Amino acid sequence: MDLSTLDPIALIVSLIIAATPLVLAATGELVTEKSGVLNLGVEGMMVFGAITGFAAAVESGSPWLGFLASATGGAVLALIFGVMTQYLLSNQVATGLALTMFGLGLAALIGQPYAGVKPPPFPRLDLPLLGDIPVLGRLLFSFDAMVYLSILLVAAVWWFLARTRGGMVLRAVGENHDAAHSLGMKVVPIRLAAIAFGGACAGLGGAYLSLVRVPQWTEGMTAGAGWIALAIVVFASWKPWRVLLGAYLFGGVTILQLNTQALSLNPALPAGAGLIVVGLVWLGLALRAGRPAGLALAALGLGAAALAFGLAAPRFQIGSAWLSMAPYLVTILVLVVMSRDRARAALNAPASLGRVFHAAG
Amino acid sequence: MSLLSLRGLTKAYPGVVANSDVSFDIAPGEVHALLGENGAGKSTLVKTIFGLVRPDAGEMTLSGRPYTPARPGDARAAGVAMVFQHFSLFEAMSVAENIALGMEAAQAGRDLPARIRSVSAEYGLPLDPDRLVGDLSVGERQRVEIVRCLLQEPRLLIMDEPTSVLTPQEVEVLFATLRKLSAEGVAILYISHKLEEIRSLCDRATILRGGRVVGSCVPAQETAKSLAEAMIGSALARPVAKSHAVGGIVLELAGLALPSPDPFGTSLRDVSLSLHKGEILGIGGVAGNGQEELQAALSGERRVAPGMIRLRGQEIGALGPNRRRALGLCTAPEERLGHAAAPEMTLTENALLTGLTRERLANGGFVKWRATASFAEAIVRRFDVRTPGVDHAARALSGGNLQKFVVGREVLQKPDVLVVNQPTWGVDAAAAAAIRAALVTLAAGGAAVIVISQDLDELMEISDRLAVLAGGRLSAPRPAASLGIDEIGLMMGGSTVKDAGETHAPA
Repeated sequence: MDLSTLDPIALIVSLIIAATPLVLAATGELVTEKSGVLNLGVEGMMVFGAITGFAAAVESGSPWLGFLASATGGAVLALIFGVMTQYLLSNQVATGLALTMFGLGLAALIGQPYAGVKPPPFPRLDLPLLGDIPVLGRLLFSFDAMVYLSILLVAAVWWFLARTRGGMVLRAVGENHDAAHSLGMKVVPIRLAAIAFGGACAGLGGAYLSLVRVPQWTEGMTAGAGWIALAIVVFASWKPWRVLLGAYLFGGVTILQLNTQALSLNPALPAGAGLIVVGLVWLGLALRAGRPAGLALAALGLGAAALAFGLAAPRFQIGSAWLSMAPYLVTILVLVVMSRDRARAALNAPASLGRVFHAAG
Repeated sequence: MSLLSLRGLTKAYPGVVANSDVSFDIAPGEVHALLGENGAGKSTLVKTIFGLVRPDAGEMTLSGRPYTPARPGDARAAGVAMVFQHFSLFEAMSVAENIALGMEAAQAGRDLPARIRSVSAEYGLPLDPDRLVGDLSVGERQRVEIVRCLLQEPRLLIMDEPTSVLTPQEVEVLFATLRKLSAEGVAILYISHKLEEIRSLCDRATILRGGRVVGSCVPAQETAKSLAEAMIGSALARPVAKSHAVGGIVLELAGLALPSPDPFGTSLRDVSLSLHKGEILGIGGVAGNGQEELQAALSGERRVAPGMIRLRGQEIGALGPNRRRALGLCTAPEERLGHAAAPEMTLTENALLTGLTRERLANGGFVKWRATASFAEAIVRRFDVRTPGVDHAARALSGGNLQKFVVGREVLQKPDVLVVNQPTWGVDAAAAAAIRAALVTLAAGGAAVIVISQDLDELMEISDRLAVLAGGRLSAPRPAASLGIDEIGLMMGGSTVKDAGETHAPA
């Protein structure tokens, strides 16, 4: 075991890069769901965006054109879903699942000639001066433009939903589409716009995978990221900043488990450290809100035990399949714990989510 | 000169003419009642005026100028505002946001909360702009709708069944507001089933039947009976007299408590009750005070501790609906389509859904379709359900007919205890009378009946004893004959009205 090869700054930088596709896709899906539409086709739209973006970037030589194409591709695919569910009143769950399969298949078909091709590089924004600051420079100013765009996107979506009339109308449509209709809001066009936005964001997320993170095209390369994005929206209780947190959590655990595998660490070490951090945050929140902190203390205790075990038996190993599972398990666990208070979670959930709207009269 | 005049408005939907050649006028400052049974075309007509429905023929003029609203925004811009029967509110949003959403963007400025406060104070409708609508009582929600309309300084205010959810005291507050508006020259188009209210509030009335105008009158010069007969076009069935012996206790609730899973729902708290054979117990209260939760607890859709509910001494709190039916406790929930009946299934299939156990409609897991169909036919015959046949979908029935079917289905199973929630909600006068008669007959035969309803007149008419749900607590039942409407109103408002403006001493 050689802990000195672990560079915490590099870890955080790779965490953010791993999380960015999720931030993009989940933010888009959040807007779609806030309008009352449940689009389960995120995975399909992501993978379709990944190949349209990849193909456009390779053919034109410009990664920016690639991102543009991926957003367009994702939006077009989403609008198929939109027309089916909003005009033809098909079931949103079934249509969303079909969209995922359709997207995966179509992307594989388009992607045939692009396997093994290298995309044009997407440059980092090397900011002069700022990037040269020790530690902070690498931590804050060493990314490519899409990372900053994804954070800007979260901020913009938050501002739109919380502060603008358009956002208020969008939330109203998702909350009670019949009431919105009776007030004269155009429910279907608003939802179509939200669906297209969600698709464009998912497409961007896919293209970030194929153009920056990997960067190459392989069939089915999203590997469930779309489903994680969907889960993050729920875990975030439909709040934009929590989406960012959730995506970074998933990205963080992914990077940790990869490093654990690479360094042959005892997985109890990162798990224990993680539990202690979660327990501390949780304890703080519980104390501030005056709620019982028993579970937070339990998490702290478990974390300490795991850490002790990790230090005592540094050579202990488990199968790599278990480690690869970790990000999914952790995200699901956190999701369950955070939505434990069902009444509060329900308060933020769009009340018309997934319900078919049909204007009567 | 009239403010709004309608000339020859006609609107047809596939299979039904909702409005046919409707003409009348409304003068400024006039409170104009629109009367008619369910399906008479009132809703279509007001939706036409508010720009939600485009008429096939006919024209409207507002202050002498042609008025053709293509959407509600046009109507609002022209000075027409509407308070909906089913509130068009968003529970998870604040009062101010809700009000802003009902206005044009340009009108809803940053000073909106201040304007809400001043308008609500001016008209005696206290409201806090920052509260979540989901936390408000039904009466307060209606205030949100009304204040939203008033902020747009309307010339015509349409109110669709505004009092069906209010306590008598809240109705008085509302009427004071409407009279003040009328005195300021605002015309009000008022839709209600409550004929006494119309007699006391409205200057003129237009009566619709089958989509046509069949008459107009000055309500104050009519009796409630003559108005009702003008609406239904025939003499009204006499209400049935109550005379039946009350026997021993059959159902007991002891400290029934049920937390609500819905953040805006009401939790039942310490509901206790003894129900006797042969009595009808009325449970009144403003909607959202625990009626649905009580219904769910009694039907077995939500389980409670075994001892909280006893049927003939047997603890049934933990049993599900089918076991309770087998023991003799039947229920008919409020929502006809989707809860009491499956919309897409035929009447026969719907008869099977609750009749399975008590009517023995299955044999070793196989449905006895012939017996089921004859059970459904028996319901249709006994309760005069107007339908082409029992193989038609429940959705195809009108509200009144489906309600007769839903109540009849339970009554024919000869339950020992029947619980009905809102048995005549949105049902026309003739069907309502038939349903009430069936309940009274059932009780006269020795069964115990619980009627949960928001219609006080109905409860006064058929109940032997009356209790009120307020904030999830049930008041002690009292003989209905000894109670006045005012007293019940105080019981209803006692623990639900929060604003200082109209806090009443608890009864």
